[in-house]
Amino acid sequence: MAAEKQRDTSFDQKIINGEAGPHMAEAAIALKGISKSFGSVRANRDINLEIAPGTIHGIIGENGAGKSTLMSILYGFYQADSGEIYVNGERALINTPSDAIARGIGMVHQHFMLVHNFTVLENIILGAEGEPLLKTSIAKARSELERLERDYGLEVDPDALIEDLPVGLQQRVEILKALFRGADTLILDEPTGVLTPPEADHLFRILRQLKDEGKTIVLITHKLREIMAVTDNVSVMRQGELVATRETADTTVEELAELMVGRRVLLRVEKGPATPGDVLLSVRDLTVEDSRGVKVVDNVSFEVRAGEIVGIAGVAGNGQSQLLETITGIRRAVSGTVTLDGAPVELTGEADAADLRRRGMAHVPEDRHNMGLVLPFEESENAILGYHWQERYLNGPFLKIEEIRRDAQEKIERYDIRPADARLKTANFSGGNQQKIVLAREMEQDPKVLVVGQPTRGVDVGAIEFIHKRLIDMRDQGKAVLLVSVELDEIRSLSDRILVMFAGRLVGERNTEATEGELGLLMAGVGEKEAAE
Amino acid sequence: MSAPYAKLPAWADYGLIPLINLAVAFIVAGFVVLLIGENPLRAAAIIVDGALGYGQGVAYTLYYATSFIFTGLAVAVAFHCKLFNIGGEGQAYVGGLGVAAACLTFDSILPWWLTFPLAVAGAAIAGAAWAFIPAYLQAKRGSHIVITTIMFNFIAASLMVYLLVNVLKPAASQAPQTRNFLEGGQLPKINWMLEALGFSIRSAPLNVSFFLALLAAFLVWVLIWRTRLGYEIRMRGHSPKAAHYAGVNEARIIIITMLVSGALAGMMAVNPIMGDLGRLQIDFVTEAGFVGIAVALMGRSHPAGVVPAAVLFGILYQGGAELSFEMPGISRDMLVIIQGLVILFAGALEHMFRPSLQAVFARLPRAGGGALKHGGDA
Amino acid sequence: MDLFTTLVFLLDSAVRVSIPLLLAALAGLYSERSGVFDIGLEGKMLAGAFAAGAAAAVYGSAWVGLGAAVLVSTFFALVHGFASITHRGNQIVSGVAINFIAAGSAVILGQAWFSQGGRTPLLSADARFRAVQLPFADAVSDLPLIGRIYSDLLSGHSLIAYAAFLLVPFTWWVLFRTRFGLRLRAVGENPAAVDTAGISVAWLRYRAVMCTGILTGLAGTYLALSQNAGFVKDMTAGRGFIALAALIFAKWRPVPVMFACLLFGLLDAFAIRIQGTPLPIIGQVPVQFIQALPYILTVILLAGFIGKAIPPRAGGVPYVKER
Repeated sequence: MAAEKQRDTSFDQKIINGEAGPHMAEAAIALKGISKSFGSVRANRDINLEIAPGTIHGIIGENGAGKSTLMSILYGFYQADSGEIYVNGERALINTPSDAIARGIGMVHQHFMLVHNFTVLENIILGAEGEPLLKTSIAKARSELERLERDYGLEVDPDALIEDLPVGLQQRVEILKALFRGADTLILDEPTGVLTPPEADHLFRILRQLKDEGKTIVLITHKLREIMAVTDNVSVMRQGELVATRETADTTVEELAELMVGRRVLLRVEKGPATPGDVLLSVRDLTVEDSRGVKVVDNVSFEVRAGEIVGIAGVAGNGQSQLLETITGIRRAVSGTVTLDGAPVELTGEADAADLRRRGMAHVPEDRHNMGLVLPFEESENAILGYHWQERYLNGPFLKIEEIRRDAQEKIERYDIRPADARLKTANFSGGNQQKIVLAREMEQDPKVLVVGQPTRGVDVGAIEFIHKRLIDMRDQGKAVLLVSVELDEIRSLSDRILVMFAGRLVGERNTEATEGELGLLMAGVGEKEAAE
Repeated sequence: MSAPYAKLPAWADYGLIPLINLAVAFIVAGFVVLLIGENPLRAAAIIVDGALGYGQGVAYTLYYATSFIFTGLAVAVAFHCKLFNIGGEGQAYVGGLGVAAACLTFDSILPWWLTFPLAVAGAAIAGAAWAFIPAYLQAKRGSHIVITTIMFNFIAASLMVYLLVNVLKPAASQAPQTRNFLEGGQLPKINWMLEALGFSIRSAPLNVSFFLALLAAFLVWVLIWRTRLGYEIRMRGHSPKAAHYAGVNEARIIIITMLVSGALAGMMAVNPIMGDLGRLQIDFVTEAGFVGIAVALMGRSHPAGVVPAAVLFGILYQGGAELSFEMPGISRDMLVIIQGLVILFAGALEHMFRPSLQAVFARLPRAGGGALKHGGDA
Repeated sequence: MDLFTTLVFLLDSAVRVSIPLLLAALAGLYSERSGVFDIGLEGKMLAGAFAAGAAAAVYGSAWVGLGAAVLVSTFFALVHGFASITHRGNQIVSGVAINFIAAGSAVILGQAWFSQGGRTPLLSADARFRAVQLPFADAVSDLPLIGRIYSDLLSGHSLIAYAAFLLVPFTWWVLFRTRFGLRLRAVGENPAAVDTAGISVAWLRYRAVMCTGILTGLAGTYLALSQNAGFVKDMTAGRGFIALAALIFAKWRPVPVMFACLLFGLLDAFAIRIQGTPLPIIGQVPVQFIQALPYILTVILLAGFIGKAIPPRAGGVPYVKER
């Protein structure tokens, strides 16, 4: 039904959409068998993708699914290990961005590739100056820019400095940059991540207009709402693979959410009912801003009781990370209160993670490699990270090395960390074992509150089961556990209560009965009312 | 960065690569010797013989090494916190004030073994004080510590000239130096130690601060690897994010590390001033502060590496002096070249040979195959 | 001497002192603006001075000396580039290394080739860049004020000195009015932006360090062939670091670099002149204090107490494509 409607309204898309899939000869961009590895990480595996000209093609997937890598290959920023690229049916060798630019491909990167202390005009001509002296090239660019602004309604002061412009306008400069270079195909990598909702809406209007002018748009995002709002076709990526391509009109948010996350073997976690006790962690009206002053956590309130696991579900990048860091004393808040076992936590002054640990807050951070562990340290040194001030590890100013190693060895055995060598360099452990090192450290401190971020990211299946079991044990021992994960399954199978976070706010609370679809809609930012409709 | 190279075994990482780098530095230095028409192998033989071949040479070698151990440790400690203290030269120079203050005050009333600890403390305090402002500015205001410590080297030079000419110089004297210290301000030589080993020594400035240097090396090892402070210093050096997560106050660690580093550099002053010259004079540091950079880089910031590296530079300094007698074309400036080459190859280009070495290891039958394979469907 | 004459002489010597600073600071500007920190200006300048002195002595020509200086300084600049651009080594460490290698090599080779204790032979007039009298300098010297300024202050410097001052607007023009300058500034702020625009970051930075090499060569030539009649051991005497301070003090901008160098030159000239003479009001100022003033001022600036010296954003960081 919906598909027919689409066909009726967009007359110029009729032919392309009417067929089972666009022919290669017709595809603006065709990727054939693209693979790319970074060290041992396979970012892209045998990707085949065709993008019809004059359409907006969405590429959706979770963080780390390989979307940006794929597009960086198309843009010549990385070289594929294998595979071929066709532009308008012609085989294209794209080894550098200039090859891509020459083929009419432009890209708006997630982190803008702008020089902050240059003017708009200078940024636009950079690399496309045309001649050695700037005077004439700037004059030419100025009139060209005026034309582009007129044609596409992309107004921006050409003489303004980039750093003085709001992000929305900076993004506009990036788009103009691509158009100035004659891009027919425009790739946008997570373009709305930095935009407010009205700015995002404006961007979508621009994209539609560009499409009407005959441009081909590739939109990379992890936000389902955007896919539904603006794309004609959508491809879903998961763990480096392209798992499906759909016409947007023929698919649903639920289907896409499922494709994104995948039908994973749902790990059954044996757990009895929770017996919640006193409130151990209470968060009231918490607001956090990033360095640019954008609210990343917006007026969030919730509490976690002893003996329960509260899960925070949400698509990555919706403020969960900042929420975790603020609660655990790493990041400062703008306003709000956090109470740990009845006593307030200093939030706006010099936050002190060490002090919170003393008071019984354990923290398994999301970023294991940079934050939770010091990779060049030997295992035993990481086993006391953050707790190295404890008397049992110290003899005056000296570390009790033997005691520390013995203690670490004990944890290694209890958590089955392999290889079982407390003196081995931490970088030499696998991801799952590294995570166990962190978990062992934080759990064995007998904390009151355990805050866990992405406990099983990059962890093998065997370790996942173990980690989940340990988290349930913690709950049953009467700890208050706050779990943040982008893995919906994990949230659903572990949590006693589920909070959904979207755009920095908590948009809903559900119990364990909630369906994946219901949660998926909340995560996509479809509000309570809309979800009911 | 993500090239599929085999990982190197530890012995190659910590032994082979530094050795290759060092070897290349010496080969290039050999070319310079060739360029001026001398035989590099003979030059090397003269250096080794001049530094180690007889008692006098050995004593001088160890005397120079004493200074380099201090300055090398100073740079090494800062490296552990990922700070580049290029100001060892100035800190050592100002450290001389602490030594002079102790000696000029107490040399007439105390025996040397009581003046000695006071002078060491004075040197450490003065050196640390000179490191404090750059440290504070780095920690609290983000001022690049490399630039500020360079500036402080020059400021130290001006300050010391001013003080020596206008304040410390005895009225009757012309030379910009303090009066000579009395016996209580001079350290005993330890040449007897070498004589006991069968060497004969006419006179050499090797003195008890050599033991102090060895003790300092041991204490630095204890500090870095056996104390809570050292643990926090290394944490900050490897990963500021992890340090923040662990609740370590970054500014405090930066300042403390630089104070320790400055104190070590300052203590270098004890060796020449109390051990050899018997007075504070202009330019007594003679670039030992800069040699410390080469020593720390070569010793990979570990005391067990710094001490031999310092001895190596002691050999070069002493042997180089001999060399300039034997080969008039080669003055002691040859050392400066070698020092620069060591810094270049062991420091700035330390990873130059890694990829090819990794490729070699990857091709070795046992180490290669398995390590190269990656990206299994884990 | 009347006050005016003193002033003219003071300014004249300030200009003379500031020329090598200016050339070295402009040299550093190219490299640092492209994101490659360079504390090896001192070494490159010294190597250039030696090459100029040696070549001019052997071939009897100042121009050959200049050519040799530029070649040698550029070679050292390329070594720095090789370490910090190609091998992504530590730029500070590389700079320190170059300072030592240059300082040692100059003396060793000088001694080997000329056997004068590391000096190069005293140069004849032809082998030097001598003072150039501007037209009518003699004729107008009797005119009050203007004449004196023209003949004593503006006239009578070497060709390289005039070149140094012309290089200020030239550098400004290159930096802000040419494609190369635009890209150079961009790569120092955000190399990823340059990379994604399809320009090679490495080649751009190599060109920048080559500019640094050429200008440090000029600075060395001035020291050996204009200010002196040959190379002398350690003749740069820390000028490379004062130039670095001037560069920071001027916040990496060409015209302020000139004023910073003139200021530091004036301080130096002033320090020499007031030696031993008390000043009105302030009384005796230690000459060492004035000598240290450039460094003290730079530290105060770096601390952010007088304005803020913000280096190029990508400075000191080897460029690695982010993942």
